[in-house]
Amino acid sequence: MKLPVYLDYNATTPLDPRVLDAMLPYLTDKFGNAASRNHVYGWEAEEAVERARRKVATVINAGTKEIVFTSGATESDNVAIKGVVEMYGRRDGADRKDHIITQVTEHKAVIDTCTYLQQQGWDVTFLPVDRTGMIDLEELSQAITDRTLLVTIMHGNNEIGTLQPIAGIGRLCKRRGVLFHTDATQSFGKVPIDVEEMGIDLLSLSAHKIYGPKGIGCLYVRRRNPRVRLAIQMHGGGHERNMRSGTLNVPGIVGLGKAAELSVESMEEESRRLTALRDRLSESIMGQLEDVTLNGHPVHRLPNTVNLSFAYVEGESLMMEMNDVAVSSGSACTSASLEPSFVLRALGVSDDLAHGSIRFSLGRLTTTEEVDHTTGRVVSAVRRLREMSPLYEMAKEGVDLSKVDWHAGTG
Amino acid sequence: MAYDEKVIDHFHNPRNMGSLDKEDDQVGTGIVGAPECGDVMKLQILCDENDRIVDAKFKTFGCGSAIASSSLATEWIKGRRIDEAQEIKNVDIVRELSLPPVKIHCSVLAEDAIKAAIADYRRKRQRSQADQPEADVLRAAGGGS
Repeated sequence: MKLPVYLDYNATTPLDPRVLDAMLPYLTDKFGNAASRNHVYGWEAEEAVERARRKVATVINAGTKEIVFTSGATESDNVAIKGVVEMYGRRDGADRKDHIITQVTEHKAVIDTCTYLQQQGWDVTFLPVDRTGMIDLEELSQAITDRTLLVTIMHGNNEIGTLQPIAGIGRLCKRRGVLFHTDATQSFGKVPIDVEEMGIDLLSLSAHKIYGPKGIGCLYVRRRNPRVRLAIQMHGGGHERNMRSGTLNVPGIVGLGKAAELSVESMEEESRRLTALRDRLSESIMGQLEDVTLNGHPVHRLPNTVNLSFAYVEGESLMMEMNDVAVSSGSACTSASLEPSFVLRALGVSDDLAHGSIRFSLGRLTTTEEVDHTTGRVVSAVRRLREMSPLYEMAKEGVDLSKVDWHAGTG
Repeated sequence: MAYDEKVIDHFHNPRNMGSLDKEDDQVGTGIVGAPECGDVMKLQILCDENDRIVDAKFKTFGCGSAIASSSLATEWIKGRRIDEAQEIKNVDIVRELSLPPVKIHCSVLAEDAIKAAIADYRRKRQRSQADQPEADVLRAAGGGS
């Protein structure tokens, strides 16, 4: 077993050696520019790009002309949202279209893009989520008006793994004539996605979450029913059917294609395996420790993700204590800001429990041995830190921590 | 975050972790911080009749540097008189543990915890001194009979 145990696959994944093998020729011998039309170097590169495009398109049941390569999901989110708003948005007149709907647990790439548009004068609705992180379709339906031009709601959440009811959202948007964008960065390659069945018009994804290289992703842009047009966000040589200029990252694209192909091949089996390991981890921890709560949906959740809150202990110290396990935490102490996770807050998790949260995200290389090792480390770390915690001591003495006036300077 | 070795040492081998009897008149207890902020420190001192701190204990809910700051604080105040302990400043803790800027609030909390424990001890002392004459009178009266 390699230490530290890596259980942070939602942050990023290692490159699959088969992906690396596929990429290598395009970093050395086959280095051509895919836009060079007059020699074999260019042709080779272009062919490789088109093969990769087909592979990615197949995974989500899209056409090859609907795939636009980008630098990753953040860029895809920006291009999709700003591109739609700039193309279709109208801020005055009786038929104005100036309203976007999103929700509170989106990735920052979506939240901050929407907040930026809000500052520019566009109207943005941030739908709330319930205790499990799920939006309410009825609430979404009520939020859509004649002025709404775009709904952008993620598929799988990066912190808690909750899967939004994408197909329901897609149907609703189709019925109401509103474009639907989804950030599928975390779900792509882990759970089935079908843009036709799910009524998705725009979809963002990234390679490095599925054992591909960093710095490459794509945006799916629907071409039929309806044909979605985007205002150009990157001007230049007119690459990617003028939707995203810039010399194509051929080795990256080849890597994304290979990674997508491998993910879909093993998806069903891997999903079952990871769900079992994930549940083994959480059930074993919760069986040995009291006052542990699951953050996220118990069922509609990414197969590899489990987020737990450990009452009376703080996440950063917990990670320090189990220093041979690499995970992430919603604690403020682990972020640049001094706020605990906004995702957990949106769920209604109290700030102290948000500080004491750990996200375990499993992946292709995770073994039962690693999961059991992690369980042991978590249990002993939480026990030790609780021994050290004044909150645990007070709770054991029967003090109701929610009723203590912490700011009065207790003596 | 890469911590200084001293923080890691205090975190893995905390000095004086535990509790003293908060009902004891010679014990001062300070609890500072709030759970929603991610830091709560409890620091306790046990003083002799000359106001010298003979024992100190802490319990901390918080990040590694909060635990290290409170551990260091108990180490420093042990053996000092309370007026000397009162002089410990958060910058001393920052320097000793090489705390990065985002962790300075941990050292502030440790300084506050020392002050809160001393204030609690002083309050108790004043109360028992106020009770003292009455006790003396009773004893005197008892002795006279």
